[in-house]
Amino acid sequence: MAIERKQQFINPAVMPAVIALVIMLAIPTFLSGCKTMESLTNIGTSFGKSVGLLTDSQAESITKTSKAVERSFEDFTPQQEYYIGRAVGAVIVNKYKPYNNKKANAYINLLGQTLAQASDMPDTFNGYHFLILDSNDINALSAPGGLIFITRGLLRCCQSEDAVAAVLAHEIGHVEHKNGLQAIKKSRVTSALLTIGTESAKTFGNKDLANLTKTFEGSISDITSTLINNGYSRTFERQADLSAVTILKRVGYDPNGLVEMLKVMETRLKPGGLDFAKTHPSPESRIADIQKHIGKYVKVQEPSVREKRFLAALRNI
Amino acid sequence: MIKLKPSFMIFLLIGLNAFPAFAVEQKMMSIQVKKGEIRSTPSFLGVVVARVSYGDRVYVREEKGPWVKVRMTGHNSEGWIHNSALTVKKIVFNAGAADVQTSASSNELALAGKGFSKQVENEFKEQNPKINYAWVNRMEKFVVSEKQIKQFLKEGKLTPEGGF
Repeated sequence: MAIERKQQFINPAVMPAVIALVIMLAIPTFLSGCKTMESLTNIGTSFGKSVGLLTDSQAESITKTSKAVERSFEDFTPQQEYYIGRAVGAVIVNKYKPYNNKKANAYINLLGQTLAQASDMPDTFNGYHFLILDSNDINALSAPGGLIFITRGLLRCCQSEDAVAAVLAHEIGHVEHKNGLQAIKKSRVTSALLTIGTESAKTFGNKDLANLTKTFEGSISDITSTLINNGYSRTFERQADLSAVTILKRVGYDPNGLVEMLKVMETRLKPGGLDFAKTHPSPESRIADIQKHIGKYVKVQEPSVREKRFLAALRNI
Repeated sequence: MIKLKPSFMIFLLIGLNAFPAFAVEQKMMSIQVKKGEIRSTPSFLGVVVARVSYGDRVYVREEKGPWVKVRMTGHNSEGWIHNSALTVKKIVFNAGAADVQTSASSNELALAGKGFSKQVENEFKEQNPKINYAWVNRMEKFVVSEKQIKQFLKEGKLTPEGGF
């Protein structure tokens, strides 16, 4: 009975067609496993060779090109970015003195980490952390990976929680756009990634480690000199201001807080100062750019509970 | 006696063949940050349902803007995580020579602890003894919990986009 059923299961007349179909359907299944570009290139070059369109050496060269992935700052993993950020942070905090006030720093971290969660890059290798610097300079600096510093001088330009939020959100914007990493000279990025690529043992040989440390040192110096002396490009600053507006809106703050902070800053920046006076576009031009996105200035109306906690944390800043 | 028509047979074969194709295609990603949070909804306000660590592998189920719905390997729990915590690369701990070569020639592997790493940081510290990391280490301990963030928003009468 069973044999009889099996015999009738597939009509012998269509058997060859069914076998052909099974083979045809199996091919794409097999190919779907080979996802890499390299595999596709190999298939392409084999085909090119088989039909006489490519010579062996041409095919080899195409395969090699697809393997040689272009290296840029984006190739640093979040873990590498983290170690860069720690060193940049250490340089900053050694140049400026930290403001050792538990209450004020706790408030800045609560506010800053809330804002970071609403950014386009809420997850960095070891998260966002904020620290107030004991300086009258008007300055804020961010290290790759999310270590963010703000001076007492800049906090004094903030007359509401919405304004402090704006300053922190601007710095989160720099982290999100990896502006720090982009300050590293391209030759150094290539050299660092090359050393990693040629490394062949579990731990570096002395020469590799020495080279890599030298490149690391150079990278830290590229970033800190940009942050402290030269400043980012106007385009980067504009991007960070726009990210700040986005983050503020997502959390529920009024982006006019940024305008209000810039208005105060404008009255306090000293010409020739070694802080935002040197490293950032003028507050006036930043306000003009921001207003293209948020419209005409409207005074920030902060609920009294928010104002109260802002004053409680930063009244004596 | 059951007799199947050839057209139905073809239909059946396509169906059977499509299934293994799907299984091969199921995308996997790795957690590229030290600690990650899997949330109930695709929002920074979503309740944390599970925690993941650096190098953990997850199956991708669905994508919604920057949020990715994942299932943890070896678990039934599913949830959302922001794409900034994810990489398509497989993270290799204790990389050997073969891994290094594969990593250099493809974009499929990321080597943990290689490149600018703890080892390089130690060397950097040795050569720059004046650069003190004490405050950076202290900063890293300023950690805010999910509960504190929610309370901070509520107390400050902040209504995030999309609401709570």
